[in-house]
Amino acid sequence: MIPLSDYLIVGAILFGLSLAGIIINRKNVIILLMCIELMLLAVNTNFIAFSHYLGDNLGEIFVFFILTVAAAEAAIGLAILMVLYRNRQTINVEDLDSLKG
Amino acid sequence: MTFTIPNFIPAIPEIFMLVMICVILMTDLFLGKRIKSIAYSLTQLTLIGAFLLTMHQYGMPKVYTFDHMYVLDKLAILSKLAILLVSFFVFLYSREYIGMTKLPRGEYHILGLFAVLGMMVLVSASNFLTLYLGLEVLSLPLYAMVALKRDSGVASEAAMKYFVMGALASGMLLYGLSMLYGVSHSLDFTAVAKVVSETSPAHSLILIFGLVFIIAGIAFKMGAAPFHMWVPDVYDGSPTSVTLFISSAPKIAALIMAYRLLVESAPGLIIQWQHVLMVIAVLSIVLGNVVAIAQSNIKRMLAYSSIAHMGYMLLGIIAGTKAGYASSLFYVFTYSMMSMGAFAMLLMMSKSGFEAENIEDLQGLNSRNPWYALMMLLIMFSMAGIPPAVGFFAKLGVLEAVINANMTWLAIVALIFAIVGAYYYLRVVKVMYFDDPKDATAVTAPMDMRIAITINGLAVIALGLFPSALIGLCRNVFFG
Repeated sequence: MIPLSDYLIVGAILFGLSLAGIIINRKNVIILLMCIELMLLAVNTNFIAFSHYLGDNLGEIFVFFILTVAAAEAAIGLAILMVLYRNRQTINVEDLDSLKG
Repeated sequence: MTFTIPNFIPAIPEIFMLVMICVILMTDLFLGKRIKSIAYSLTQLTLIGAFLLTMHQYGMPKVYTFDHMYVLDKLAILSKLAILLVSFFVFLYSREYIGMTKLPRGEYHILGLFAVLGMMVLVSASNFLTLYLGLEVLSLPLYAMVALKRDSGVASEAAMKYFVMGALASGMLLYGLSMLYGVSHSLDFTAVAKVVSETSPAHSLILIFGLVFIIAGIAFKMGAAPFHMWVPDVYDGSPTSVTLFISSAPKIAALIMAYRLLVESAPGLIIQWQHVLMVIAVLSIVLGNVVAIAQSNIKRMLAYSSIAHMGYMLLGIIAGTKAGYASSLFYVFTYSMMSMGAFAMLLMMSKSGFEAENIEDLQGLNSRNPWYALMMLLIMFSMAGIPPAVGFFAKLGVLEAVINANMTWLAIVALIFAIVGAYYYLRVVKVMYFDDPKDATAVTAPMDMRIAITINGLAVIALGLFPSALIGLCRNVFFG
């Protein structure tokens, strides 16, 4: 049987990757959206692992809600991305610098 | 397996809001073209209705419902009343501006109401799940509202930044919550609090690990330093009516979220979160007040001022006493009132094709409309914390709380930077009264807006002269 800590480490690695992706990425806004999804999936891994090892289903229920909200979030994120592209003709993170001060 | 029908009575205001939002969605779709003001009138009716329903609940004993997911206590009722009242004023102020800038009316009001619904759920949460859902119902419409001006490059850029930062904050918060769930086997605030205070220090490492992520999430949502990067950009980039909305009611909800997560579900870790919050509060106060001095855009200036105010507001929580929490609550109520008034003034000065955004746009406001200049003066004095405006008592309350908690150095730092902050508020006053206007036309606004800004400005001074009633209400929440 795989111990709980292994799952938590996987969760932490996924979370770290997504955080690094958001901070380091200077190219494409879509990658940011992917990183956000990955971050929520890292949280889901945690919840499922805890839920399974603790033997109660609260965590699994929480995961369903997170998945639903993530879908709504992705919809809004992509909608904003469309508006942004139409106004700027670019989705390069480095070009998003007109607001400064 | 039996199914019992939960007690719906405590959630009546929220249910009413949700039904009305759906009604407004449909009416605006079919009648919005013919009757232009229908979305606005129905929105205000909904807010008044929800306010009256919540008012009716005032004084009810604390009650849990929906299987302990949802709580109706004094804190929830009072903050709901404040949120509804503030939102009523926000929609009233923005009506004229929306017509003028041709923002989509129906969408603005429906998204705004959804955000208000999210705030109401958030302040009534007694479970991580309800809290998370409330937070998302609050945040998602706000992202969309920032991008409402579809042909504006800066607005969509601001929306993208807000979205990425907000989603990052939710992710961090959830990661922290998953840690707390793993240790406590529960998502309920009271059950988590019990486990947290019983955990031995050796096992509390994972709790502290989770707590750090939760605090980072809270600070992001509040817009406190060092997680403040989105605040100035979003305030600056979004249409002024949306800035007005973001800067007022959601701050109340953010404070209640912090209270519920830190005080109600992790009281056993008070030493740890006090230390982290101290760093956040000091950074916010210092950075907010210092950077605001260098701003020439008044929306950005008010954004940095909001970062500083969030720092002051956190002082009450840091004190960790009931009097401290009450002073934080008082602070956030008065702050949302002042911030609302300041942005409303910018809305009134904007004309079609001209947005009042820079401090110099306020030049000579006194000769263009002396009454508005006086109201703005009162609001600026209050933000700076000059007696007898209410901002003074708000600052006094939080400083008193930290001094009573033996953190005098914190109070001294806060006080020094409050004086630094007074500079940029007074600069606005100076520009209004002693500079000559570039454009000497009188500033006019419709009757209801004039009445509203008068009430808003006079309330700042009236609450400053007679603060005991509101302070009493806030203290009653925690002591009663």
